[in-house]
This record gives sequence, C-alpha cells and structure tokens, in this order.
Amino acid sequence: MMRTLIFRTVAPYLTSLMLVFSVFVLLRGHNAPGGGFIGGLIAASAFAIYGIACGVSPVRRALRLHPTTIAGIGLLLGSVAGLISLFDGVPFMTGLWIYPHFFGVEVPLATVMLFDFGVYLVVTGTITAIALVLEEREGE
Amino acid sequence: MIMHAPPLADWLVIAPIVLCIVVGAGLLCVRKTVAVHAAIAIAGLVLLVVLDAALLWHVANDGPVTMTMGRWLPPFGISFTVDLLGAVLALVSGIAALAAGLFGLVDVDDSGKRYGFFPFLFLLMAGVSGSFLTGDIFNLYVWFEVLLIASFGLLVLGSEQGQIDGATKYAFLNLVATTLFLIATAYLYAIFGTLNVADIAEKARAMDDTAPLATLGTLYLLAFGMKAAAFPVNFWLPASYHTPRIVASALFAGMLTKVGVYALVRTLVMLFPSERAELAPVIAVVAVLTMAVGAMGALAQSDIRRLLGYVVISGIGIMLVGVAVAGEGGIAGTVFYMAHSIVVMTALYVAAGMAARAVGAPLSITDLAGLYRSHPMLSALSLMLFLSVAGLPPFSGLWPKIMLVRSAIDAGSSWLGAAILVNGLLTTIAVGRVWVLAYWQPAPTPGMRREKPALAIEPGFWTEYLPLIILTGLSVVFGLFPEAMVSASQQAAVGILDPASYIHSVFPAGAVP
Repeated sequence: MMRTLIFRTVAPYLTSLMLVFSVFVLLRGHNAPGGGFIGGLIAASAFAIYGIACGVSPVRRALRLHPTTIAGIGLLLGSVAGLISLFDGVPFMTGLWIYPHFFGVEVPLATVMLFDFGVYLVVTGTITAIALVLEEREGE
Repeated sequence: MIMHAPPLADWLVIAPIVLCIVVGAGLLCVRKTVAVHAAIAIAGLVLLVVLDAALLWHVANDGPVTMTMGRWLPPFGISFTVDLLGAVLALVSGIAALAAGLFGLVDVDDSGKRYGFFPFLFLLMAGVSGSFLTGDIFNLYVWFEVLLIASFGLLVLGSEQGQIDGATKYAFLNLVATTLFLIATAYLYAIFGTLNVADIAEKARAMDDTAPLATLGTLYLLAFGMKAAAFPVNFWLPASYHTPRIVASALFAGMLTKVGVYALVRTLVMLFPSERAELAPVIAVVAVLTMAVGAMGALAQSDIRRLLGYVVISGIGIMLVGVAVAGEGGIAGTVFYMAHSIVVMTALYVAAGMAARAVGAPLSITDLAGLYRSHPMLSALSLMLFLSVAGLPPFSGLWPKIMLVRSAIDAGSSWLGAAILVNGLLTTIAVGRVWVLAYWQPAPTPGMRREKPALAIEPGFWTEYLPLIILTGLSVVFGLFPEAMVSASQQAAVGILDPASYIHSVFPAGAVP
C-alpha cells in the first residue's frame, strides 16, 4: 500500500476510467484489436492499482464477489455461450446472432460476444485474485 | 460450412467435457460453501459416467463420431472425433473419477475443499476427457495443459513443504514434456499444414518417404514417453506421487500416465505407422527397461505410496510392449491394459489411503500391521487388487498380459513376452511383501512397538468401501467376463491401425479438402 496523497486521490478515478476502458476494449474486440483477454487484463490492473493505493480490503469489499467466483461465473458464461447452439441445431460453439432494436438503433448481439464476456470475467477474476494475494503478502 | 444439423446423439462427443467445465465452474463459484460440494460433485461425476457410457454405446453402434466446432468444415474447424479407443478410456476414467470423488469426500479436509479440491477434480477430468475425445492435435495439447494445471492444484492441496518439493519437480518436468509436445506439433504443422488428426493420418500415408517424419515420431515418442513416465524420463513420478493427498495420487496414478500412453498410440501407431516400425526396437528396449525399473523400485520401497508409484511405472512398460510390437493383438493388449491400469491403480491408492486412515499410521509397510485381523473386508479387497495388478487370474490384469505376451511371441520377439512374465513375478513379490508385512503379519501387542494411535478412523461404507468395491468389482468383471473388453479393445486396435472409418467420420463421402 502506497501512502502518497496524489496517488490515493487519483487512484479511484483512474480505476473507474480503466474499468470503462476495459469494457470498451472488450466490445471493440469483435472486429478490431481488443477482446475479452486484453479487456480482462486492463480490468485486473485497475483493481490492482486500487489495491496498491488504498489497500486490499477496500478492493475486496468493492468487488463483493471473491475474484475466483468471478472467474467461475466467466467460465460458466463461456460454456453457456457454446451450448446455446444446441437449441439452434448447429454444432457446439457456432456463432449465433440476434438483432434487437433499442430506441430505433439496431444492436447486433452474438453468442461470440457472450463467450468473449466470459473470457473477460475469467481473466479479470484470475489475475485479480493473484494480484490481491500478492499485495496482501507485501502488506504483511 | 456444415449446413446439416448434427443429430442430438452427436452432442455426446463434447458432453463429458462441457459437463466437467460447467460443474467445475459452478463449484468454483461456491468454493467457500463446503457443505454443498458433496452433492454437486457426486451428481456431476455420476452424470459424467452416464454420458461417457452413452457415448461409448453410440460409438460402438455407429462407429467413430465427429463434431466440428462452430460449423467450420474440417480440417479448418476444431474437430472432436471419438473412436472406440477414446470412448472406452473416457468411460473407464469417468468411473475412476467417481470413485476418487467419493473417497475425496473424506480424504480431503474442509480446508482442502475450500482450497478447491472438487473444482480441480472437474478441471482435471475436463482435461482427461478432452484428451481422449479430441480429434485435433493442437487441441490435444490444450487439454494436456488443462489437466496439467489442474494437477498442479491438486498436488499442492495442503501446502506442506514436501508437497511443494514434489510439485516443483512434477511441474518442471511435465512442462518440459508439454513444451516438447508443442515443438513437435509446430514441426508437424510445418510439414502437413494441418492439425486435424484424420487429415494428418491421410496425408502422412501419402507422403511417407518425402517428409522428415522420423524426427517427428522421435519427438513425440520423447514427449509422450516423458508424460507416461517411461524409462529414462520416469524419475519425476516417484519424486512427486507420494506427496499429495492420497486421493490426488489415486487420480494421477490412474489417469495421467495413461493419457501419455494414449497420445503415444494415437500419434505413433495411428499417424506414423512406418516411423513407429523404425522406432520399434527403441520402444521395445524402453519398455523392458521401464518394466525393470518399475519392478526393482517397487521391491526396494517400503513406503506404500512410493511402492505403488513404481508399480505404475512397471505397468507403463507393459503397455509400451504393445506399442513396440503393434499389430492388432499388441495394440488391443495395450488398450485393455490401459483400462485395467486406470481402474486398478486408482483402487490401489484408495485402498492404501483407507489402510492408513484405519490404522492411523503413516503409509509405511513397517508401521502397518495386522490389517487382516482388524479390517478383513478391506484386506480382502486389497488382496484382490494386489493379485490383479500382478496379473494373476481371475482378475483383470491377466487377459491384457496374455494378449501382449502372445502378440510379442507372434511378432518373433519372445524376449518381450519373457520380460512381461518376469515383471509379473517381480510385481507379485513386491505386492506380496506389502500383503505379508502390512496385512497378514499380526499387529504388535500394545505397548511393545507403539501405542494405540489416536487418529485411527474406521472406514465408512459410502465414501470408502463403496468406491473401492466399484473399482475392485470392475476389475473382477474384466477378469471373469473378458469377452466384451477383449472384443472392444480389438475393435479399437483395428480402428487405430486402419483409420479409414476415423477419417470417414471426419470427412464423409470424400469431402476431402
């Protein structure tokens, strides 16, 4: 835990900015560089920064779920994304699309995206779990 | 693109893997709530066995089944192709995992469960099932990594110093082996431009003399030999298998080395048969030395877990005889022996764990004594397993050994058959020593050698006797009614030696790229 005033003041804003950016990178990843893995790394570094600035327990409180639980949910989402194709009569992991309209704007949604979101959660959860444990050890 | 809808039964191809991942992920989410682990895990393992059995039934009736992910056409999409070999091994490992899961309920304490024993068990099974069911060689590498990572977790489940020491050796040497596997696969991709097993099988037969396949075969032999713990790259196994919780040892001894042998059969025998023929003398020598090292090590050890580790190694030597001899009989013998070994080695470790718990002593044959008098049921089951692993009738070890010895003699290398028989004798002596000292020898009278231990726990039926009875029963059934297993392994061997039906399942009706 670093007790510099500037860092501790900036860290919450930096963390939220990085989390928003990680979601942007995740969604951008379908057609451009980015995706669940790199997005998850950015999110995990956001939590790590918050942990360095303010200590590990505020991060754990803010996350509500244990990081490995987040990883578990991500793994479940990824598997479910693959299984959806069972109901459409196509092989496992086939990308399926729906095009709902929100306020007149067509928003394409895909099982691929769901899978990528699962990857995002797995990476976020795993790396955050490791980072938080390492930071805790350092604080001892 | 694949335009027709896959029949529902074809989903069985990936069902065991998806089930393991989903249940594992679910258990990971409730890692700290230990109370619900038992119900979820056992239900998941029972379902795994049911799915594996259904898959075997489907494959036995309809031949190899393929599902290619994401509607891509093979060889571009990742195919999962299940033939009889993969289906049989997946079912047998599923049963072994169920037994180990039941035993794990009592063998792993609450802190071990919170640490994630059951999620690791399911991820291990995802890796093992994935290795047996995949039809893509890079995907096989991925499943190897999955089962390796899960096994690292199981190895250090307790964070004792000895475990960290064992895990370091295990992790380092296995990572070397998987890296070799990866290098060989990169090399293979450079030669063939494809990773689909069926596609490679076809191309390798066409370009037999024009490609440097001998190098490739040697690399795979080294990489998978290391995974299977064949001599001279077997030293990681005795260095690590005695350190983890005994249920983890049971899982490892049952399945992990067999995955290595399976991969060896899949690559060397099915993909590169002529290179295998060139390497056959090397494999034969390796097989004999592995048997020798295993049997000698087993004779020299007094810690039961270390002793069993060497018994695993000597079994690997016996399986390698089949790979060295090849031919229908040899491969069939190896397949049968793999199934036998998965069942019996898991059971032996479970029995050893029960014995240690029942006496409350460490697992050394000099400390255990008088089990025959105090626990006759456990002793009877253990004796059956000892006879089975030594290859004596009427248990499951006998038939695959007969098949292997016979095929070795038929192939003109009787010395390989002789080696199996001598190994059987030495294994009998080694496990006989355990029987005589730990079971038969009367317990020392109280006060003479040690006080009544405080930690002795009477084995329960559901979590200890039941898994042991399941596995021993399977060994007895394989021994008394071997016809089904013999014909299944012979058909599996035919499918490996002539992969036409395997290729046809991936590329139906000449849809070759």
